[in-house]
Amino acid sequence: MHELAIAEGLVDAVTERLPGQKISEVRLEIGALSGVVADSLLFCFDLATEGTTLEGASLQITEPGIQCECRACRVIFAPEDPGGPGGPILLCPCGSADVKVLSGQQLTITSVRVA
Amino acid sequence: MCATCGCTDDLGELGDLGQPGEPDLPGHDHGHEHDHDHDHEYPHDDGRTVTLQQKILAKNDDLAQRNREWLRERGILAINLMSSPGSGKTTLLERTSEDLAGKLALSVIEGDQETDLDADRIRSAGCEVVQINTGAGCHLDAAMVARALRTLNPPAGSAVLIENVGNLVCPALFDLGETARVVLASVTEGTDKPLKYPHMFRSADLVVITKTDLGPYVNFDAGRFGACVGQVSPRAMTISLSAVTGSGMASWSGWLTSMVPGPAH
Repeated sequence: MHELAIAEGLVDAVTERLPGQKISEVRLEIGALSGVVADSLLFCFDLATEGTTLEGASLQITEPGIQCECRACRVIFAPEDPGGPGGPILLCPCGSADVKVLSGQQLTITSVRVA
Repeated sequence: MCATCGCTDDLGELGDLGQPGEPDLPGHDHGHEHDHDHDHEYPHDDGRTVTLQQKILAKNDDLAQRNREWLRERGILAINLMSSPGSGKTTLLERTSEDLAGKLALSVIEGDQETDLDADRIRSAGCEVVQINTGAGCHLDAAMVARALRTLNPPAGSAVLIENVGNLVCPALFDLGETARVVLASVTEGTDKPLKYPHMFRSADLVVITKTDLGPYVNFDAGRFGACVGQVSPRAMTISLSAVTGSGMASWSGWLTSMVPGPAH
C-alpha cells in the first residue's frame, strides 16, 4: 500500500511550493505504468491531507495513454492496455518486447487550485 | 487562467456559470478594463490555478540523487536488493559476505518492518550492518537510506548492499540512489512472477534466481522463467545461484565486484 506514501509525497510537494495557502483542488496525471492505483490514492488522500492546507481539497486524476518506442524497429506505438487480456507485456507489433516507454509512467502534479 | 482577475478559463468549471448578458461560453472573453472594487456580474471562483508540473515523488527523487552523488564521490557501489519475503536475500548476503571476505569490503543496510533478526545474521557473518525498521511502511525510501549511509560510513571503494523490505510491489517506485537494482526470485516461487509483478521486474538491472538446489523438487522451468523476464525486462541480465551449495555464486560475486566504481576495478 505505497499509495499512502505517494499521498504524503503529494502533500509535501504542494505545501513546500505553496506554503500556508489553502488548496481547494489538486490535479494529477497518473500513468497506467506508474505502479499507483488511482482508487487507492483517492482513499489515502483524505488521510494524508488531514490537518494540512490540502484538507478537504478535491483530487482530479487523469490517466495519460501509454506510448512506447520499439528499440528493434524504432516504431512508436501504443501497446494494449497492460491490465487487459494481452497482460503486462509491452509488445511492439513487430514482436519485440525491447521497448522504451515514452508515456505511461507519469506520476505528476499538473496543477493545484488555491482557494 | 486569466492573469488579470485570476478567474479560470477552465470550461469544466465555468461551463455552467454563464449568465444572460455575459459572453457565451465557451469563449468567455476577458476585457478587464475594470478594477476589482465591484462585484462581478457572474458567479466567480475567487481561487487561482497554479501550474506545478512536478513529480509527486520529487522529494524522494532529490534525496536519492543526493545519495547517488554522495556514493559516487566516495567510489562506493550501492545495490538495491528487492524480492518477495523468503526468496533468500539475507542468505545470499551471508554467503556473499563469506565469499568476498578479504576481497571486497561489504556493508549492509537491512530493511524490515520489524525486528533486528536479519541484522544479527549479517553481523554474525562478519559484516557491518544497519537495520531499518519501517513499522507499517512497505518499502525503504531515500531518506531512510541517507540516514543509514551516514551511520554506516562505508569506506571508499566498498559495496553497500541494501536489502529492501520483502515486497514485489511498492519498493519498485522508490529510488534510493542505488547504482543498480537487483531483483531476486527463488525457484519455489514459480516461473511467472515477472509477469505478475511487471513493475518490479521491469526496473531490474539484474535478476537473480535463487535456491536453484531446490529446482528439481519443484519442477522449476528455467527456460520459461527466462522467457517471462525477457517479456517484461529484455535488457536485464540473469544469474542463477544457490547460496547453500555455492553454485553460481562466482557469477554473482564477479558481477558485484565488476560494478564497484574506481580505478581498482
